[in-house]
Amino acid sequence: MANSAGYHESEDVLRRETKDNHRALTSMMEELEAADWYDQRVDAATDDALREILAHNRDEEKEHFVMLLEWLRRRDAKLDAELRARLFRSDSIVAREAAGGEGAAGAPKDGSLGIGSLKGRSSL
Amino acid sequence: MSLLHRELAPITSAAWRTIDDEARAVLKVCLAARKLVDVRGPLGLEAASVNLGRLEGIEAAPLHGVSAARRAVLPLVELRTEFELERAELDAIERGCADPELSPLHDAAKRIARAEDTAVFHGYGAGGIAGIDRRSPHEAIALSDDFELYPRAVASATRVLREAGVDGPYAIALGPRCYAGLMQATAHGGYPILEIVRRAVDGPLVWAPAVNGALVLSVRGGDFELSIGQDLSIGYRSHSERSVRLFLTESMTFRALAPEAAVALVYRDAGT
Repeated sequence: MANSAGYHESEDVLRRETKDNHRALTSMMEELEAADWYDQRVDAATDDALREILAHNRDEEKEHFVMLLEWLRRRDAKLDAELRARLFRSDSIVAREAAGGEGAAGAPKDGSLGIGSLKGRSSL
Repeated sequence: MSLLHRELAPITSAAWRTIDDEARAVLKVCLAARKLVDVRGPLGLEAASVNLGRLEGIEAAPLHGVSAARRAVLPLVELRTEFELERAELDAIERGCADPELSPLHDAAKRIARAEDTAVFHGYGAGGIAGIDRRSPHEAIALSDDFELYPRAVASATRVLREAGVDGPYAIALGPRCYAGLMQATAHGGYPILEIVRRAVDGPLVWAPAVNGALVLSVRGGDFELSIGQDLSIGYRSHSERSVRLFLTESMTFRALAPEAAVALVYRDAGT
């Protein structure tokens, strides 16, 4: 039976949720790698029509990546908090991290405790 | 300034960090529903309702020849519970105190977790929330204090779910009476009953103090949705010379999208 490559621990000790996360993360890596390859092919192609198709395909990979990211976000409260704190802003990314203030890791922008979903986190 | 008004409280940054950390720690242990159902959000304090996608007819027409219907929504419910901490204890945190007296905070965290979980598992009619057990179309399975019979009851519940076309993984939410009994019970030969139950479901076993009996449910996703507006937060209400009054709050609602994906296990007598 084929296994998803890249486990760093014995499959027997991995939770079902961890394996699903691994599937998603592996797919995300593949989508980003494909986008990178398409980027390079767009640069290298000499035919305008081909370049247009390659650029279209590259952008589809981004869509796939974001769909997977959203799937992960809904299951990972910490990732959700980080995305909410750091995305769609125009101020300095590094300054925000250095200041450690509002929006820094562990401090959700809405002033909440950042509990979110706990699904898949614990079992007796 | 947010509605939490934290900046108005006579509480240092270090004390706020301790308060938040303590609340978070208790909530993560006590919140059971969030370990089992899908959580949508946080949608923000501005979120007021969940769109149900349906229309409710309005009898009186606005104009001859024109009909009207109201969009059906499920309003979010704001939960809030207050608690009071001694200012001397909060000041002690700033001086390096490692064991401040924060039991009122712990109690408040348990209360709001219990309120959220009760609404999800058993409903909160006044808030428009129908709980998982009441929406389930399946007949509840009776439990007794003979815990050797427990694995059979859980197996019956998973069979009911399979026969209803509900796929796993299946999880179980254990109320206090089930949890207490199962933690001690052993089968002939001394094998823990809890381990036999663990094999009967392929999802998590969750301690759920708000559950009456137990609940077996699918955690495949898409069946149960807890919508959160403002996620659990601590705000400031008032203070005196001796104490600070704070509150824990959240806005939430819940709906069972596929009520057939759960089976209740109940005690027929008065206990929970």
